[in-house]
Amino acid sequence: MPLPVPQPNIRVVTLKIDDQDLSAREDETIIEVCREHKIPVPSLCYLDGLSVWGGCRLCVVEIAGQGRLSAACSTRVAEGMHVHTNTERLQRYRRTIIEMLFAERNHVCSVCVSNGHCELQALGQSCGVDHVRVPYRQTPYPVDSSHESFRLDHNRCILCTRCVRVCDEIEGAHTWDVMGRGSDCLVITDLALPWGESETCTSCGKCVQVCPTGALVKQGTSVGEMVKDQHFLPILARRRHAR
Amino acid sequence: MSTTTTSTANRITVATTWLDGCSGCHMSFLDMDERLVDLAQQIDIVYSPLVDTKELPEQVDIGILEGSISSEDDLEKAKAFRKHCTLLISLGDCAVTGNVPAIRNHFKLSDVLDRAYRENVDLQPQIPTKSVPVLLTTVKPIHSEVEVDVFVPGCPPSADAIWYVLSELIAGRKPDPSQVTRFGA
Repeated sequence: MPLPVPQPNIRVVTLKIDDQDLSAREDETIIEVCREHKIPVPSLCYLDGLSVWGGCRLCVVEIAGQGRLSAACSTRVAEGMHVHTNTERLQRYRRTIIEMLFAERNHVCSVCVSNGHCELQALGQSCGVDHVRVPYRQTPYPVDSSHESFRLDHNRCILCTRCVRVCDEIEGAHTWDVMGRGSDCLVITDLALPWGESETCTSCGKCVQVCPTGALVKQGTSVGEMVKDQHFLPILARRRHAR
Repeated sequence: MSTTTTSTANRITVATTWLDGCSGCHMSFLDMDERLVDLAQQIDIVYSPLVDTKELPEQVDIGILEGSISSEDDLEKAKAFRKHCTLLISLGDCAVTGNVPAIRNHFKLSDVLDRAYRENVDLQPQIPTKSVPVLLTTVKPIHSEVEVDVFVPGCPPSADAIWYVLSELIAGRKPDPSQVTRFGA
């Protein structure tokens, strides 16, 4: 994320993104430059104000001269770099990633509290995912309703770890973490205690607000009622860095 | 929807049916309201719960399926539609993703049947074996069993989305339903 005051020794580089000539500070990542210039690059784990995770791979871009794809969130700009953000190959890969996310757990949009306000659902539409070509895994995951204000539905979790990072980096509680591998991977509170029994959770609700799907929601919400507000994040993040 | 005054020779034939769904997608179809009059000038609905025909004709231009494949009967209907329809449309989230009917996949089929026909029944609890199709172990979207040409997600897809898809097809173009609808829409 951009610091409030640029360091005097940071240089400016020039680069090309989708045939636009742009300049950027050399400590910026490709996705930051794209967002500044309103170049759409899809992402789920990246969120302005949190550290970079690089897990969802939706922000992959092509860099001229490099055979492999690079995640725009975890790749710094460089002098003379030529980036393509929306080639046919990238569209194909992004579509496949989204389909696999839908197939891995149980995202039943029509009955989800986040229906209409979900980043996965919106990306599915904008990336042209009108059906899922891989078979659905059909494996149920647990739901934790033990917290008096919030609910965790692992069926909707895409393991972006935004909750883990916001809790650690912004709230400073580090209630959330990640446990297990592969399809057994789960976000957990404390040492896999029920959320309601967590001694570190401050019940601030930042994790709920940054969650891109219906995995973390407020108790008592019905279908489509869970609207999230992430405006606090860049403000708090910059204040923390300014200190 | 054929009328006696207009020749039906050049009209596009359309067949529809519902598998494991709530019929909401067909209701959304009817929600096209006065546009149905325009549509009736261009298509002939030759087989559908909305009309009286009992047999699927040998050759149909467009087949529209609502609902997921949950029983042997659903599977047979999907295969018949694929065989007799030139172009097959999956209409709505149940057809496209499995949606609500597929939530039962998290339970054993015997537990699902017990829940429905024994646990919640006061009079003569019994699992039906006659005159009802046998349920499949796993509820699946239609394209997991037969090839589908056009996917129209939504629960239900809006009347506008259905109108857009049919208008594009009638005009001879391939529609891009993601422009007008999405999962859960």
